[in-house]
Amino acid sequence: MQVNETKEFRPKIVAFCCNWCSYAGADLAGTNRLNYPADVKIIRVPCSCRVNPMFILRAFQRGADGVIMCGCHPGDCHYTSGNYFARRRMTLLFSMLDFMGIERERTRVEWVSAAEGAKFAATMNEFVETVTKLGENKRLEDLRCKKQ
Amino acid sequence: MHRIGVFVCHCGTNIAATVDVKAVAEAMKQEPSVVFSVDYQYMCSEGGQTLIQDTIKEHKLTGVVVCSCSPRMHEATFRKAAAKAGINPYMVEIANIREQCSWIHKDIMSATDKAIILARTAIAKVQLNAPLTAGESPVTKRALVIGGGIAGMQTALDIAEAGFEVDIVEKQPTIGGKMTQIDKTFPTLDCASCILTPKMVDCSQNEKIHIYAYSEVVEVNGFVGNFTAKIKKKARYVDTTKCTGCGICTEKCPQKKVPNEFNLGLNNRRAIYIPFAQAVPKVATIDADYCTMLKTGKCGVCSKVCTAGAIDYKQQDEIIEERYGAIVAATGYNPIKIDKYDEFAYSQSKDVVTSLELERLMNAAGPSNGTLIRPSYLDKQDDHRAHPKTIVFVQCVGSRSCDDCGKSYCSKICCMYTAKHAMLIREKYPDTDVYVFYIDVRTPGKLFDEFYRRAVEQYGVHYIKGMVGKVSPRPDGNLDVQASDLISNEQLHINADLVVLATAIEPDQTARSVATMLRASMDTNDFFTEAHAKLRPVESPTAGVFLSGVCQGPKDIPETVSQASAAAAKVIGLLAKDKLTGNPCVAHSDELMCNGCSACEKVCPYGAITYSDKEFRQPDRTVAIRRVAAVNEAVCQGCGACTVACPSGAMDLKGFSNKQIMAEVDAICK
Amino acid sequence: MDKKEEILRISGVNVRKCMRCGKCSGTCPSYDEMEFHPHQFVYMVESGNIEPLLNSDSLYKCLSCFACVERCPRGVEPAKVVEAVRLAAIRQKGNNHLKAEMVPELIDDETPQQLLVSAFRKFSK
Repeated sequence: MQVNETKEFRPKIVAFCCNWCSYAGADLAGTNRLNYPADVKIIRVPCSCRVNPMFILRAFQRGADGVIMCGCHPGDCHYTSGNYFARRRMTLLFSMLDFMGIERERTRVEWVSAAEGAKFAATMNEFVETVTKLGENKRLEDLRCKKQ
Repeated sequence: MHRIGVFVCHCGTNIAATVDVKAVAEAMKQEPSVVFSVDYQYMCSEGGQTLIQDTIKEHKLTGVVVCSCSPRMHEATFRKAAAKAGINPYMVEIANIREQCSWIHKDIMSATDKAIILARTAIAKVQLNAPLTAGESPVTKRALVIGGGIAGMQTALDIAEAGFEVDIVEKQPTIGGKMTQIDKTFPTLDCASCILTPKMVDCSQNEKIHIYAYSEVVEVNGFVGNFTAKIKKKARYVDTTKCTGCGICTEKCPQKKVPNEFNLGLNNRRAIYIPFAQAVPKVATIDADYCTMLKTGKCGVCSKVCTAGAIDYKQQDEIIEERYGAIVAATGYNPIKIDKYDEFAYSQSKDVVTSLELERLMNAAGPSNGTLIRPSYLDKQDDHRAHPKTIVFVQCVGSRSCDDCGKSYCSKICCMYTAKHAMLIREKYPDTDVYVFYIDVRTPGKLFDEFYRRAVEQYGVHYIKGMVGKVSPRPDGNLDVQASDLISNEQLHINADLVVLATAIEPDQTARSVATMLRASMDTNDFFTEAHAKLRPVESPTAGVFLSGVCQGPKDIPETVSQASAAAAKVIGLLAKDKLTGNPCVAHSDELMCNGCSACEKVCPYGAITYSDKEFRQPDRTVAIRRVAAVNEAVCQGCGACTVACPSGAMDLKGFSNKQIMAEVDAICK
Repeated sequence: MDKKEEILRISGVNVRKCMRCGKCSGTCPSYDEMEFHPHQFVYMVESGNIEPLLNSDSLYKCLSCFACVERCPRGVEPAKVVEAVRLAAIRQKGNNHLKAEMVPELIDDETPQQLLVSAFRKFSK
């Protein structure tokens, strides 16, 4: 396994959060001082439907170990229907990624409302744990993008 | 080449305690394009903002990154500060190192590392930021109110009061709505017509209000501030400018067997009719389904008796087009159809009526001129059995029910109007026994519970906790009401001569087509949804569309009127503006890349994308015509659904462009 | 298994949907014959008070006409609860009270078919 590794493996995790619910949920997790690992870095998007599958492919290409997308709960989208589009797109993308050898557990869609700080933190803890167990993602990583 | 300044906030110790802010500021100095990097105690303070402004001027910054709290907190503050120093406010990016870093991590090492990555990400983004200016669009200073009931009238009156033009479109021949059919109103028991008809007259006399009665909105285009609506004026076959409303035609018309919808079919009217005496506009209408002249070409009595010469059998539907700045939906409600509830014998016995029918039976202008008569005795009112002696009220008929004939919600008004009916009957006919079967009595509202208690204590109405299971007509013409009494735990059989069903209410059947036209959203019960259930209760999520009355949810008259006025206030707020400033982070289509596939148009929830044919100069100097998408910036809300749907990559979102987000991804994964 | 759980499992009814309107009892044709009425069956099963129901002959007074199921505005299906309690009682006692062989001698021209169906529902497990 990772016997030879000198440093403890820390995954790189990209989280896409919609501005109206999940980003606010992440803020709430902060306000309530709910811990989750520093491996998670959040990118703010106006709506989960703004997340182009290309972004997720790019993340894996650049060496991300896990990608999570958070949006408003179905029916609660600020733009009425955005998260439904996102849900469909991600279902397709994730099954394609699975086919390409990126384990299902490395990708995730979660609905987090602005009031669910605790859920956000719990989700992130769980996700980081899962991805850490899976280890480094090498399947899609483009070695040319790697620094040295 | 950008010149970027980085400002790292301590936020007292909120950030500085877990993130080594000095190290972050120092690390940022090594980043490309960064010409200035500093940490400061409180960036959002007066001093912090001045620091940003001075640095922008001194170092000729083109971009600013503030590492501080959530952008939801102070993004606007820093953008304003940057704008004051002369750079575009959208050249400011925030790295959220408080809520999403210092507050959730305990380890200084990893928190500092993360803060550095977040700051880098913001720098990567700001390098691709472009100055954005919010678009402006003019506001047409005229409002459209769809529905002329008490909600629509109140909204129109309030808007007109503020000096704006309002059009009311009502599909019935007269405005007034359901309230015209109601006899008395709770909890004060004043007569509905007495308070309603003056309002109707106010509407017709107000020079700012234009009433399109017997008309329907058939098409709505445009967006907030700039709607265009097509209104169909249905043919009345009567020239409304000539008709004086004298009513001779309605007396002479030989076609007498038309169910009178104003009295809910309890009696008949003629084929040419004026719904009721106080109708506004008070003009006659020919019912084309029944008029012999229109059907066979043989009659013409109304035309002969009309001294004003107003009858015009050749009249056609007319379409009017008008521009509006705001639209108010006030489409109202109807009682549900209860034919499917055969246990209540509604279609078997005339003496089982809905509460709205009872209103007509008790109304002085109703089929029995205000004397309460059993409907089966309406044509033999002198019979001693014509007056009901035992009346049973059944509550929650179709409300709070999960079966497919009813509605899952509480209709809200039934408890109160049933108490009102019971009270009025006991007052006028003290020898009548009145039973009310209830599941719960729901009377929240000012003086409402007192009202219900008065019905019980002062008027001796028998309130029985339980539900009627079955109503069966007896051979003698009376009704056997079988019901449970849950308190005494027994089954009752009441020999009643009138059964009144407190029928659930549902949104008007036209509400869904109106919502579709307005692109306003609805819930599963066909009630319009509000932009926010608590904080924006009279606005639709669609900008420029407002909600008034029961179309948004069940309401009684006082609530309807308050909501109507609230909607009017919102409309006035909108119409008072000369220009609307939009959100500059909107979608934008690159015409050279667009292949005209319509994928974006289909996913847009706001209908902001339109297609048009455009001429393009080809490399060989010929001109080709291509179909390309264009985004209406005033309508676009910037969700970005179209950017992902676009197969050719022509569609992008300003402020959150593909390149910017890619750069953020790269920076995080570096 | 807990008696309440057993009855809920047999009947497949969600008793929590009941809003206590009493329409089931209002519509019940054998109300006066019954010691416990349809709404009480639902309420008592919900509160786990099942012993009195198991020992009551109300179980056999229910006609299985399903009027209460038809009329319940919340879709609670009280008759199915009654039936489940009855089944629990019969299973406890352990034998069928009506066997198919016994049916021919019970039939005459007057007997409606529904009665037989109902009798089977009532007296066999």
